Amino acid sequence: MKSSIIIFLKDWKSELRTRYSVNSLAMFILVAISVILFSVKDEPLSPYLTAGLLWTVVFFSAMSGLSRTFVSEEERGTFLILQIIAKPLNVFSGKLLFNTLLVFLMNFVITLLFSLLFSAFIIKNIYLFTAVFLLGNFGIAISSTIIAAIISKAGAKGTLYPVLSFPVLLPLILILSELTNFSIDGKTFEESFAEILIIICYDVIMLTASVMLFDFIWKD
Amino acid sequence: MIDITISAENLSKIFGRRLVFRNLNFTFDKPGIYGIAGRNGSGKTTLAKIIAGVLSPSQGKIHYTSNSLRIKPEQIQKYIGFAAPYVIFYDEFTAYENLKMLTDIQGIDFESSRCDNLLGEFGLYERKNEHLSNFSSGMKQRIKIVFAMMNNLPLIIFDEPVTNLDSAGKEIFYRLLKQQGLKSLIIIASNEETDLSFCDGIIVIEDFGK
Repeated sequence: MKSSIIIFLKDWKSELRTRYSVNSLAMFILVAISVILFSVKDEPLSPYLTAGLLWTVVFFSAMSGLSRTFVSEEERGTFLILQIIAKPLNVFSGKLLFNTLLVFLMNFVITLLFSLLFSAFIIKNIYLFTAVFLLGNFGIAISSTIIAAIISKAGAKGTLYPVLSFPVLLPLILILSELTNFSIDGKTFEESFAEILIIICYDVIMLTASVMLFDFIWKD
Repeated sequence: MIDITISAENLSKIFGRRLVFRNLNFTFDKPGIYGIAGRNGSGKTTLAKIIAGVLSPSQGKIHYTSNSLRIKPEQIQKYIGFAAPYVIFYDEFTAYENLKMLTDIQGIDFESSRCDNLLGEFGLYERKNEHLSNFSSGMKQRIKIVFAMMNNLPLIIFDEPVTNLDSAGKEIFYRLLKQQGLKSLIIIASNEETDLSFCDGIIVIEDFGK
């Protein structure tokens, strides 16, 4: 566990010094929200549409920055030293922690900007939205981490990441969008139970599959 | 002190359709210096990576034993020091940060006095707080050698260790190598005659029936 935390701290310090992911994430969020604002102008948006737009921006922002955690190790050639000295599970846990932090920061900023800039984006059940936000972000972090590990050794990383992420993240994004609509409508936890259960199952399945798969991705 | 024994049993490696080597059998036993030699492309680096647990052999097995107890391949990373020109450290961290951080990731205790001592031997003590991006390739190679040696690990693998080193650097390395060879099992993959002259035994990959 200690090794995982050291790898997480290494990535975080490295990110603060190099700004590999943060800059591309920040630029994408800025550009995407600006384009939406300029396109919409004074047109009234429905609350459901803002929920869909929120998760669309989240999905494409994740595509633009979350692969860096493994890709930068491969591109800089530092992959090998980690392979020699660290256990695969520690590397995966460390990278997952880092991506989780990045996803939470990214989605917090996106949600905050949506709340400030889109008057139709009003959440009536904030507790439901918070639960969806936490579970959804963790799901996005797990999926994007394992896909980043898979594509890091491929040739066309930039193309492969969204191609592989689309089928893996789509079910999650659809459910998250639906649950955001529920929280906009003010539905209770009981009414949203089935959808929440799907996200929990998604997170558990993705985490288990990733831990089992990572050994094979990491070696050779 | 932990002694380690490495024995390879019918080790073969194939990349795609290309056979790198076939049916290697050898044992490296207890502290000492052993060499892996062979022409360019014969698979010295591949063999070094297989011993380090980074690559899997296509056929055969490699066994690690420490004080008569079998070490599982997935636990071997705690016992290994590794230095090679193709191993890259983090440019955005200082030399000292790299050495401390990588030791912590490896899950072993960081001996700062031993680290400072080796940095001093290689003439890098004064520059230990500089970012690695300011270092020349020769200085980076010295840092990698310090990392491999500083924790007195039972198994140390050097692949082309004197690449990028100047003559003074080579002298320091050879002096430290002789001292370390009394405590650790050292494997050197190289074609340099001077590197191999320190070895107690050498395996030449071509000899293994290609």
